[in-house]
Amino acid sequence: MPKWAMVIDLDKCTGCGDCMASCKIENNIAIVSPEEANEGRVMFWMDMITVYEGDYPNIRIKRYPKPCFHCDNPPCVKVCPVHATYKNKEGLVGQIYDRCIGCRYCMAGCPFTSKVFNWYEPVWPEEFKNCFNPDVSLRNVGVIEKCSFCAHRLIRVRENADVEDREIRDGEYFPACAESCPANAIFFGDIENKESKVYKLSQSSRAYREKENLGVEPKVIYLSERK
Amino acid sequence: MSKDTKQNFGPDEALYRPIYETGKGFYITVSILLAIYFWSLYMYFTQVRSGLGVTGMNQPVTWGFYIVNFVFFIGISHAGTLISAILRLSKAEWRRPITRMAEVITAIVLAIGGLHPILDLGRPDRMLNLVTAGRLQSPLLWDVTSITAYFTASTVYLYLPMIPDIAKLRDRGGKLTWFYTFLAWGWHGTEKQKKVLNKVINILMIMVIPIAISVHTVISYIFSMTLQPGWHSTIFGPYFVAGAIFSGIAALLIVMIAFRRAYHLENYLKEIHFKYLSTLLLIMSFLWFYFTFSEYLTGIFASEPHEMRIILYKFTGPFAIFFWGMVACNFIIPVILLGISRFRTIKGILFASISVVVGMWLERLIIVVPTLANPTMPLPVGIYIPSLVEWALFIGGIAVFILGFVLFSKFFPLISIWEIEEGRKEGIKEVEERIHSYLPNT
Repeated sequence: MPKWAMVIDLDKCTGCGDCMASCKIENNIAIVSPEEANEGRVMFWMDMITVYEGDYPNIRIKRYPKPCFHCDNPPCVKVCPVHATYKNKEGLVGQIYDRCIGCRYCMAGCPFTSKVFNWYEPVWPEEFKNCFNPDVSLRNVGVIEKCSFCAHRLIRVRENADVEDREIRDGEYFPACAESCPANAIFFGDIENKESKVYKLSQSSRAYREKENLGVEPKVIYLSERK
Repeated sequence: MSKDTKQNFGPDEALYRPIYETGKGFYITVSILLAIYFWSLYMYFTQVRSGLGVTGMNQPVTWGFYIVNFVFFIGISHAGTLISAILRLSKAEWRRPITRMAEVITAIVLAIGGLHPILDLGRPDRMLNLVTAGRLQSPLLWDVTSITAYFTASTVYLYLPMIPDIAKLRDRGGKLTWFYTFLAWGWHGTEKQKKVLNKVINILMIMVIPIAISVHTVISYIFSMTLQPGWHSTIFGPYFVAGAIFSGIAALLIVMIAFRRAYHLENYLKEIHFKYLSTLLLIMSFLWFYFTFSEYLTGIFASEPHEMRIILYKFTGPFAIFFWGMVACNFIIPVILLGISRFRTIKGILFASISVVVGMWLERLIIVVPTLANPTMPLPVGIYIPSLVEWALFIGGIAVFILGFVLFSKFFPLISIWEIEEGRKEGIKEVEERIHSYLPNT
């Protein structure tokens, strides 16, 4: 059984934010008004974190993309009262929008602040209504959503592989952010497969994961000289 | 029969008066409270219609007033049943005029508190998913289970010792006789009935204590089972239970003082009752301080950076005013007012109790918000400003509590009449015998 993981090479990442944009369009993520966004209701499945290190004038800016880490030991799944968030056999942490009761316990329990909540019913600009991604369901008011590693793409890839009666090839399944990254900094694949690019990169001396001390085992691995 | 008993009401007539005599003040109070209640109901409907966006909650502060008030109200509910059960169990004779009020607080506040998580749901229409798809591994389900158990146990525990009093009201006739006949359940005060009732009360009071403790422990587990700094602490279970009993006693004292004045119950609620209960409050204040001190010292001494960030946010940051206000309300003010006998008058006790209730509410706020406002990822610090809807539901919750209590007092005696009678008839003799049995050579 494959275990899907992502590697983000921060030495290549330019912090351009293209991954955020492509994610929003790919997954039909609601667009909120600027006033709402200022109140902390902005919706990103792929977020960009900016850290300023040091004092003026020696400031260094660190910018890195943050999707859901699809923990192998996910704290959000543990606390959900209705099984609306779950981890499947391939290690993907999914979200069942139609079952979520909106208690936001997973949001409070996630150490990485990866979950977003629909505070209002999403309102779509007219021009967006013609370009929804038909593979991704639209969410209603009052439910939690988060990065799914573009699981809808996996379904399509698996169908093709099944028709041709073969395993999914390395690099065949990748989420929208990995596809759109202009610096080619995001890699995606099966980390259980020792031949895969993701596995090889994860063994690099530059590899690290966020908050390894918590033991939640994120499946997003960062590569960086700086750490 | 009814005429006969009517004459026997003599000494405790004051306890019946609120039920049969209704003044102007009652109607004014009830209509104001009802107005507040309907206003908060309307506010809740605006929330249901447009979503939780109408609250001040956001990312990362995903929980606000609703969860704070949930913990707070459930805490107050520990006043009742737990204190009443402990006093009954320890055969404290002075409990007699207090237990009923304590139990009523529990039943009403628990109903209000138990509804708060539903106010907090983004999709209240899917609430039944908790039953059809519930995961017992989730602390929220533990809550649902133990609050339901506590509510059931405490309403039964309120109702059963009320049966003899309801029978008295039935025999007295006049108002709502059919209602009292139904609720009295054929009580005639025979020896057998008394024996059964005593037995059931004994079983219930022993059962209710572990249930009550489990309720607040499990509520603390909602926080402590996560990995978040400031929440992930083993002390939370007992800390919450102690705090709950603390705020519960304070609420009970406020209610006792208010209704003593409103219904002229000075003969029943004497200074000694307030002295004893306020001693208990003082002890709980020290216990609370001990827990708070241990909790923060462990964090400060180890100085784990994320933990420290939250502690500094409370000590010197935006929440400093709430934190030090809490310390003043929960420790400094009650210790001064209750520790120095000159201040320990009814007025002083009332002031100390109000300060404790406010302080305990602040404590719940301090537990819920700062941890959420300081995410462990390098994200900006969250800001939480409660909206009008949240304030409305908070005020509405308090209004419903007072309304429930006032209405209860119009239909049932607030002080257990038969237990007072029993105290007069048997209590005095029993206590004398008991003291004899303690002492050697008497």
